[in-house]
Amino acid sequence: MAEPILEVRGLVKHYPLTQGILIKRQIGAVKAVDGVDFDLGTGETLGIVGESGCGKSTVAKMLVNLERPTAGVIRYKGEDITRLSGRALKAVRRNIQMVFQDPYTSLNPRMTVGDIIGEPYEIHPEVAPKGDRRRKVQDLLDVVGLNPEYINRYPHQFSGGQRQRIGIARGLALRPEIIVADEPVSALDVSVQAQVVNLLDKLQSEFELSYVFIAHDLSIVRHISDRVGVMYLGRIVETGTDAEIYEHPTHPYTQALLSAVPVPDPTAREHRERIILSGDVPSPANPPSGCRFRTRCWKAQERCALEVPELAVPAEFRGVEGPAAHDSACHFAEEKHVVP
Amino acid sequence: MPEPHEPAEGAIAGTGAGGAMDLAASEATTLTPGGPEGGPGGTGAAAPARSLWSDAWRDLRRNPIFIISGLIILFLVVISLWPSLIASGDPLDCDLANAQKGSSPGHPFGFNGQGCDVYTRTVYGARASVTVGVCATLGVAVLGSVLGGLAGFFGGVWDAILSRITDIFFAIPVVLGGLVLLSVVTSNTVWPVIGFMVLLGWPQLSRIARGSVITAKQNDYVQAARALGASNSRMLLRHIAPNAVAPVIVVATIALGTYISLEATLSYLGVGLKPPTVSWGIDISAASQYIRNAPHMLLWPAGALAVTVLAFIMLGDAVRDALDPKLR
Amino acid sequence: MANTASKLLEVRDLHVEFRTRDGVAKAVNGVDYGVDAGETLAVLGESGSGKSVTAQAIMGILDIPPGRITSGEILFQGQDLLKLKEDERRKIRGAGMAMIFQDALSSLNPVLSVGDQLGEMFVVHRGMSRKDARAKSVELMDRVRIPAAKERVTQYPHQFSGGMRQRIMIAMAMALEPSLIIADEPTTALDVTVQAQVMDLLAELQRELNMGLILITHDLGVVADVADTIAVMYAGRIVEKAPVHEIYKAPAHPYTKGLLESIPRLDQKGQDLFAIKGLPPNLMNIPPGCAFNPRCPMAQDVCRTDVPPLATVTYEGLTAERRSACHFWKETLRG
Repeated sequence: MAEPILEVRGLVKHYPLTQGILIKRQIGAVKAVDGVDFDLGTGETLGIVGESGCGKSTVAKMLVNLERPTAGVIRYKGEDITRLSGRALKAVRRNIQMVFQDPYTSLNPRMTVGDIIGEPYEIHPEVAPKGDRRRKVQDLLDVVGLNPEYINRYPHQFSGGQRQRIGIARGLALRPEIIVADEPVSALDVSVQAQVVNLLDKLQSEFELSYVFIAHDLSIVRHISDRVGVMYLGRIVETGTDAEIYEHPTHPYTQALLSAVPVPDPTAREHRERIILSGDVPSPANPPSGCRFRTRCWKAQERCALEVPELAVPAEFRGVEGPAAHDSACHFAEEKHVVP
Repeated sequence: MPEPHEPAEGAIAGTGAGGAMDLAASEATTLTPGGPEGGPGGTGAAAPARSLWSDAWRDLRRNPIFIISGLIILFLVVISLWPSLIASGDPLDCDLANAQKGSSPGHPFGFNGQGCDVYTRTVYGARASVTVGVCATLGVAVLGSVLGGLAGFFGGVWDAILSRITDIFFAIPVVLGGLVLLSVVTSNTVWPVIGFMVLLGWPQLSRIARGSVITAKQNDYVQAARALGASNSRMLLRHIAPNAVAPVIVVATIALGTYISLEATLSYLGVGLKPPTVSWGIDISAASQYIRNAPHMLLWPAGALAVTVLAFIMLGDAVRDALDPKLR
Repeated sequence: MANTASKLLEVRDLHVEFRTRDGVAKAVNGVDYGVDAGETLAVLGESGSGKSVTAQAIMGILDIPPGRITSGEILFQGQDLLKLKEDERRKIRGAGMAMIFQDALSSLNPVLSVGDQLGEMFVVHRGMSRKDARAKSVELMDRVRIPAAKERVTQYPHQFSGGMRQRIMIAMAMALEPSLIIADEPTTALDVTVQAQVMDLLAELQRELNMGLILITHDLGVVADVADTIAVMYAGRIVEKAPVHEIYKAPAHPYTKGLLESIPRLDQKGQDLFAIKGLPPNLMNIPPGCAFNPRCPMAQDVCRTDVPPLATVTYEGLTAERRSACHFWKETLRG
């Protein structure tokens, strides 16, 4: 892997649960993110997948400093950015930008497209002199595949896919090095999703971007990612290259998740083995002891309730060459092919 | 995360005329053959940058409702400042011999219970009534939306304290409060009345402003601005305020009429404006006892009040619509 | 389309439009489809394709106005629903056909316990006593595999997880054992692992009760998993109708083909995805000829002038009925 541009260590976010109106008393905490580590290499795409409530969006918000972590560090080029404020924070923000999920709420309906994409320059006037901004905005529209003459239109005059392009143009305006994309295509129609995914691919090579790509759709994550992390209840349970995760998963949750994805191939119906998990994801306010997946896991034993499995190459694969030897937080890791 | 399922209407609104153009602008085949949009026409690149406010103003200038209500309000302001322009008489020049008389030459609206000319009094009454209505509304709107907006934006302890304070104010009965507070005032001007209305009126607006700021705050575009490094004031003024202002405008313009009538109630109770001040409120309350035998005494000042309130409501509607690009 | 009597539901040449401030949006423009008892018909389409509007018209829950059914027939067990009076239709809803919505949370009443909402069906349609209805509710919740149904019957919708709420919706739809279920994106709002549970449950109940199922979705994966027949909709029309195995093997309409090629696959890491260029049409201004022609790589002059009929597709080895609304279905089929 290339030199990491972003290092995340022990990232934790707990939201306090309080009671009372004026005098608040803490009665617990929602452990949205509870100890996450990963690296992002320069020019790399790291995909983070997981179901709703696993904490993936909270990770995204902490990466772009929209939420302050309860604990842990996020190092951008070696410097911890979690405790920055004021001018230093603003400088870092130039380099880490975000693309949001919902193209309908992420653009201010009362601003023209020119104002929306030009706003980064107003906030960071040193990036572009005033007279230059309009041209820069039109260039950006062109880059994301929109007609530069649309500059005076309002967001509602565009379709979902076009709005997402506007959101991407805004994210690109400051020429960031990292883009955190939180479910950037899940609100779009199937035929438009491919356009936006291709655009993100194209921009990555054009602007040498590093992506953190967060999604629940495993197929899209595989398509776009170099490495993938699978999250469950606030932790990463398995991480590796896309081939390692999709073709040689060793964590039971990853296996269940992959086997549950409907495949657009009716012939797979008959011979495909599906692992149907029972029950629902436990509440992050009160996660199970030990391994958090044990309440839904078909392999769970007593050890799983007592010992928290660490995210490392499992003992059975240590010293073994091959794609199965990647980080997996399971006491009973075992390779299993689930993707047809 | 779920994929939002759009209803058919959503998709219909999704692409306006011209918006249906292909993303790759160079693809000639994507233009609907014979479609009305035809193409961008090549003028966009040279067009000046537009903003919400300039677009709103352009819209307003072409909106007949705005023009009509604007002219009515302009007229009201002019006669409030110079009533003698259209009324040559003196509103305090009364002759009891003429009491309750109907229309006669030189006195088109007839006379009131004290024998004063109704036309002259209606014209002169505009000043006090419009001043009370406009100033009380402005005061309530500014104080209420600033306090409510800040509480909604920052949340936390200040929000909790402010919410409790508004609860207390809501508990004060307006008329009783007026009787107590205004009875100690001896001033003959409209200002104590306005001050009282602002004092009791702001909590209502602050609740509305707080609610709509909280709604607007949760939108991703506010988060996006924050991720770009925008300051609090930029987020409030550029992103939240324009998206939160509509309900405030609606409630404020409707409240304007309430304040003019409240002035009438207070005057009737003897704690509002006092003679020799002339106001629609005073005349309406005085005339309401004679509605059966001399309805003209009530109809003219009440009509003036209705037209004024309607003009402001129409103005508020027009402004609110102009600030919503979706309605263009 | 000769022996219509055998079909459980038959929609014929349905047209629906919406009158809005900006003009008339033609949401459904001549849809024909049918479903038999025990059959699963998947209606596939993107937003604005008219797939949900058609379903709402069948259920009789279309908002009128702004919606308006301008022509067509909806035959349910041989009876034209559009000719019935509202109170006659109401009797069919629930007992004859039922609908499952995408968003279970907003489809359930937050201030009534789930037991009350399930029991309501029996009280209203079957005239049961409250007590019997409650017992029936518990039985239903057991049937959709909600654990501890007896205790949970008094709980409120917000106390259930998304997957459990969707089960309750399914229980409610199944309560009166209707012969037709319309499921509008039933699993779209759910997580993958829960999606699988819910789809399995739905399929199992359908087999048990031998119901017709119309599954409305945009997800080509879900369709491949459960459908017998697929109808692909675009701009208010059916552009292709085929048995599920045939369509995935070789689509006969360029739109279906584009959709299938544009989805990333779990089992392979492709290069650039194929993307259908352009955007779905504005329903107030549908292109003349074939509505897909501005986005179609195969479009010729005839596509811009003539609306292609839903023609019968034939080839060797094809046993079931298959149709495509493309002037060039032969060429598309060949690849």
